[in-house]
Amino acid sequence: MDAIILQILNGLDKGSAYALIALGLTLIFGTLGVVNFAHGALFMIGAFCAVTLSRILTLSHTIIDDTQKDFLGNPLKVEVPYVHDIFGVATGDAIIDWAVPLSLLFAIPIMIAVGVIMERGLIKHFYKRPHADQILVTFGLAIVLQEVIKYFYGANPIPTPAPDAFKGSFDFGAALGFDPNLIIYPYWRIIYFGFAAVIIGGVFAFLQFTTFGMVVRAGMADRETVGLLGINIDRRFTIMFGVAAAVAGLAGVMYTPINSPNYHMGMDFLVLSFVVVVVGGMGSLPGAVLAGFLLGILESFASMREVIDIIPGINQVIIYLVAIVILLTRPRGLMGRKGVMED
Amino acid sequence: MSKTDVTRRGMLKTGAVAGAGLAVPTIFTAQSAHAFTNEPTGGTVTLGFNVPQTGPYADEGADELRAYQLAVEHLNGGGDGGMMPTFSSKELQGNGILGKKVEYVTGDTQTKSDAARASAKSMIEKDGAIMITGGSSSGVAVAVQALCQEAGVIFMAGLTHSNDTTGKDKRANGFRHFFNSYMSGAALAPVLANAYGTDRKAYHLTADYNWGYTTEEAVKSSTEAMGWETVAAVKTPLTQTDFSSYIAPVLQSGADTLVLNHYGGNMVNSLTNAVQFGLRDKQVNGKDFQIIVPLYSRLMAKGAGANVKGIFGSTNWHWSLQDEGSKAFVRSFGTKYGFPPSQAAHTCYVQTLLYADAVQRAGSFAPCAVAEALEGFEFDGLGNGKTLYRADDHQCFKDVLVVKGKENPTSEFDLLEIVEVTPADQVTYAPDHPQFSGGALGTCNNGA
Repeated sequence: MDAIILQILNGLDKGSAYALIALGLTLIFGTLGVVNFAHGALFMIGAFCAVTLSRILTLSHTIIDDTQKDFLGNPLKVEVPYVHDIFGVATGDAIIDWAVPLSLLFAIPIMIAVGVIMERGLIKHFYKRPHADQILVTFGLAIVLQEVIKYFYGANPIPTPAPDAFKGSFDFGAALGFDPNLIIYPYWRIIYFGFAAVIIGGVFAFLQFTTFGMVVRAGMADRETVGLLGINIDRRFTIMFGVAAAVAGLAGVMYTPINSPNYHMGMDFLVLSFVVVVVGGMGSLPGAVLAGFLLGILESFASMREVIDIIPGINQVIIYLVAIVILLTRPRGLMGRKGVMED
Repeated sequence: MSKTDVTRRGMLKTGAVAGAGLAVPTIFTAQSAHAFTNEPTGGTVTLGFNVPQTGPYADEGADELRAYQLAVEHLNGGGDGGMMPTFSSKELQGNGILGKKVEYVTGDTQTKSDAARASAKSMIEKDGAIMITGGSSSGVAVAVQALCQEAGVIFMAGLTHSNDTTGKDKRANGFRHFFNSYMSGAALAPVLANAYGTDRKAYHLTADYNWGYTTEEAVKSSTEAMGWETVAAVKTPLTQTDFSSYIAPVLQSGADTLVLNHYGGNMVNSLTNAVQFGLRDKQVNGKDFQIIVPLYSRLMAKGAGANVKGIFGSTNWHWSLQDEGSKAFVRSFGTKYGFPPSQAAHTCYVQTLLYADAVQRAGSFAPCAVAEALEGFEFDGLGNGKTLYRADDHQCFKDVLVVKGKENPTSEFDLLEIVEVTPADQVTYAPDHPQFSGGALGTCNNGA
């Protein structure tokens, strides 16, 4: 029982990342009809927004410490962050410690700008082209973006830890009456799940309860009619591309303490997220979220030693197996609509 | 006047034979006038540096390339000579190799076996490389080593830690200076017993490929021999990025020690995840929970940040060593590039010097003569103390460093501290040891 609860927690946390990326992918596909293979790169750029803010906050000047030597035997150059000079050591350290949460504010305008520039500068030229062309150009764009990041930040992962206040793990086992240590879960992953829930809820509320969202939903259902009513639906869809980019970027920012970001982290998530979108149903926002959590939980269960012992290698193929089964039984995915990508 | 009958059938036969002859790879024909593949004829000799220049190990590859460039500079008489003055063999004079100026070409392994073979083949066939060296993965090393054997050039392996490189996949034309999984296990076990006791329950997470298997086997056998129990060994996909579903069940298993048989990005992520789960803050079986990383790399430790603090592992070499060879190399590398070299850089630099020295002693670039000079060669002054290039398997036997993540680093390079230098005789094994069985060196190939 404790193992099952633990893997459900794991799945919810994995599913959070899948759902956030798949939500953005579906938003873009549902509004603009574009299959955006560069979406994983937006997740990666979001993560590097956190890395960049961390670096800005730790910008330093050097002082010479004669009491210590560097690797060449010269007096050690000690880096002193400017925030120490400005705010004092204690406050400066606290600001540096909270770099990742602060990066959320830093990333929102950057990600919206990146999304809008990407859409206006490149992707809009491919709206009327076949999906294969869109996939090729966005996949190419993803490679370019990751190489740009590698050029500036290198190939190695860059540690970007969570604030000290969120280090360690919560003992669910003790809280639920099990033995201590049986069901422990890191605080930051619990926060990530809560964050994902808030973002997903926020996007749904925005689309459901605002006039802007209503127009966007109408445009998703029938773009031409909305256009005939004199509404500039293209501009709204561009804004939605920015929103989708921001969702992916924020997911990336919050992911940095979980795994140190590197330039190919977007690609690591991209294929899985596409499977999530397809399983959920192309163009279906609730489907993307549902499939994200479902596949996250299944992947966690498939990684259990007891399961691998029975079916070796199942942990590597479970998501694709489930995708095959669902597409065979429900060709439009769990919540796909008729007519999407079927013409 | 004789009449020549030219029939259609005869023409086709002749054409087919001629075509087949031309289609034979140039490595087997182009140098037929020479005694061996890519025999240098002018005033220069070309070495091929095959390192990951793209992909996740690009930073490690860049450090290897820096070391190679430094070695070439020193061989040609430039710079401060690095480890040449401290090297026990005094054959190298700073006038190239056998008087020929050293030039080099580079290839990109991408840390993929097929790409690495393609780039090595290109350097041999198109650029005339006489020796191939480099790499940051055992899969690549094994693949390129086999190619060099077929082509008739020497392969001086870069960073490759799997037992198989000089075990079941060893080749007569291939040589490894870097240590291996068995040596890591043998060096780590006594230190771990000393630090954590002989009554431990270990849980292994192992990267699902060749290197992971040999490392798991080596650490398991060494730790079990001193009394530890292995409660589970779970394979993790090489492409895994989030290890939470593998780490979460560790405490439930009753294990009090987690061994991460992971390298590179896998190691960074699995260690980060394990620390996130607070494993190291837990008490199991009345003991503090511990994590072990059998193979450390400073470059990768940097990626894991503060998570490496206090965690034991092993390494081939570290810049903080105080022998004359290490100090000379660190001074030379640090002055040129502004930061200390990694263990990958060290092994690549040493391999280049060892190759050049062997050619010098053999008086020939012929691979078989070079191999003979390297076999059984004993040397010192290159940073690892007295070292033997064993003839039986072309593996170097030398001291192994057991290290620990430093609690209070003074810089971004100061991440590991040496806790023990395990003497070579404690990590030496018989050539027919079960962990290395199943292969044969075969005979040396001069190619051409």
